[in-house]
Amino acid sequence: MKVVVCIKQVPDTKGGVKFNPDGTLDRAAMMTIMNPDDKAGLEAALRLKDQYGAEVTVLTMGLPKAEDVLREAIAMGADKGVLVTDRVLGGADTWATSQTLAGALRNMDYDLIITGRQAIDGDTAQVGPQISEHLNIPVISYAQSLKIEGDSVIVERQYDDRYHVLKAKMPCLITALAELNEPRYMTPGGIFDACKAEITVWGRADLKDVEDSNLGLKGSPTQIAKASDKVRKGAGEKVTLDPSESVDYIVGKLKEKHVI
Amino acid sequence: MNLEEYKGVYVFAQQVDNCINNIAFELIGKGKDLADALGTEVTAVLVGSSVKDLADQLAEYGADKVIVVDDPQLKDYRTEPYAHALASVIRKYKPEIFLVGATAIGRDLGPRVSARIHTGLTADCTQLEIGDFPLAPVPGKEQKHNQLLMTRPAFGGNTIATIACPDFRPQMATVRPGVMQKRERKPGVKANVEEFNPGFTPDHKYVEILEVVKAVANTVDIMDAKILVSGGRGMGSPENFKMLEDLAEVLGGQVSCSRAVVDAGWKPKDLQVGQTGKTVRPNVYFAIGISGAIQHLAGMEESDIIIAINKDESAPIFDVADYGVVGDLNKIVPALTEKLRTELAKTSQG
Repeated sequence: MKVVVCIKQVPDTKGGVKFNPDGTLDRAAMMTIMNPDDKAGLEAALRLKDQYGAEVTVLTMGLPKAEDVLREAIAMGADKGVLVTDRVLGGADTWATSQTLAGALRNMDYDLIITGRQAIDGDTAQVGPQISEHLNIPVISYAQSLKIEGDSVIVERQYDDRYHVLKAKMPCLITALAELNEPRYMTPGGIFDACKAEITVWGRADLKDVEDSNLGLKGSPTQIAKASDKVRKGAGEKVTLDPSESVDYIVGKLKEKHVI
Repeated sequence: MNLEEYKGVYVFAQQVDNCINNIAFELIGKGKDLADALGTEVTAVLVGSSVKDLADQLAEYGADKVIVVDDPQLKDYRTEPYAHALASVIRKYKPEIFLVGATAIGRDLGPRVSARIHTGLTADCTQLEIGDFPLAPVPGKEQKHNQLLMTRPAFGGNTIATIACPDFRPQMATVRPGVMQKRERKPGVKANVEEFNPGFTPDHKYVEILEVVKAVANTVDIMDAKILVSGGRGMGSPENFKMLEDLAEVLGGQVSCSRAVVDAGWKPKDLQVGQTGKTVRPNVYFAIGISGAIQHLAGMEESDIIIAINKDESAPIFDVADYGVVGDLNKIVPALTEKLRTELAKTSQG
């Protein structure tokens, strides 16, 4: 069984956010971590390795320094790492990103693709389902548990007020919630392996069945009109009234804001 | 793609168990604003099994037209048949804008549909308006008018971005629930219904539902709550939290608390808001008897509306509160609960 986990190196949002002049993120200027939902997806794959001997490949798209996140994954137990990096792929929205990753995946063997539900930088949750569409395979998003049964996966799919137990035939794509599991730590042996592991690096030419018009900033249907730091909210009104006036004041505000 | 062919604002009218979700009415409300700005109409797309009877509700909240896609394959939400339904509607009717709720369903459905149609999708929008792109004229670049400008937070709310989709149609967005206003309901309005069934033939992309497990009440995560009634040390005792539970119940909210309350053993850790607890962003956050240490503020200052009640007028919580009330919570909270109960009883009758 072959599992490919798509992981993303994301800025550690605690460190503040920087922009390029064109409004896209200046990823080079920020501290990075492995996206938490992706890490849960990786852990799920590593458990399939422990249990069934699955081969786990991690795939990422990013700047050359995104290689670090692949090595971290290998140190946790992944077998191989593939980095897709190319100048022409930069500035991609979720459409162009999912086209890129699908182009890479067409050159890989997989029974199961796992992505995180969403990344903490973009918070879109779109790339996983979009990859599945480009590859014409089933998707199960928001997985809170995962097991294998023959040639199928059985997944608990979380919703707001319920979950569905779903069965999909492989090959398929699952998006993982951070609560799927508690990711393991890197091991000393794993770190040793990771240091000498060879990372496969692919560029534009290594993507299969993708047109240039679907890649990078130019291939992105969505464009940024404006981006800015959020303005911190200052103090609002403060009143000192007797209790019944206080109540009327609060109820009035809730009505004004259409809360009630 | 001839962009001129695409007309009208369409919204996905999400229903679960044949009960329309509030987000559908909110999208119709926002859709009406956008349609007014464009001189066009709002169409709700209702997808499910035996859902036709629900169409009038959508009209009562302002939908000019309702497209009903009704098929037994659509009984419970599954990505593939629902994506097929929406993609087929888009191909046939060519809307210029298509809005979907940023719910656990919409955030799976939206991306699958946008990828099938080849258009852009902006996630989890909190503001939508019609305007120019680029916002200001840029030499050598065509400025397009009547574009959907979609604004959304990113980086855990640290930044705000406004996105456009100038060259593809429909312009698609998922919209955060609880942010847009629904219009006032007009009882008795009948829907202008058009039925459409593109045909549903199960293939390898149809997943099988083995079981539907509904959550037991009381396990709601405070991070998902739309309204939080949060108490601090100023509550005085664990018994006094009953006041907050009553207030939360009336508003359909949840109770949360500050670290001091957890440290005192009054409430469990999973209700704690703040740097060492959970980061919450409800529509309304009541901070009651909470002084507002910086660690607490870090966990809640992104809330849309913050209402603070505290007897200490110099409490730092008032620095972030939209509406601060200096006074005795023991007198104000129970009276507030009663007043809201009366008010809400009035609205539900009207």
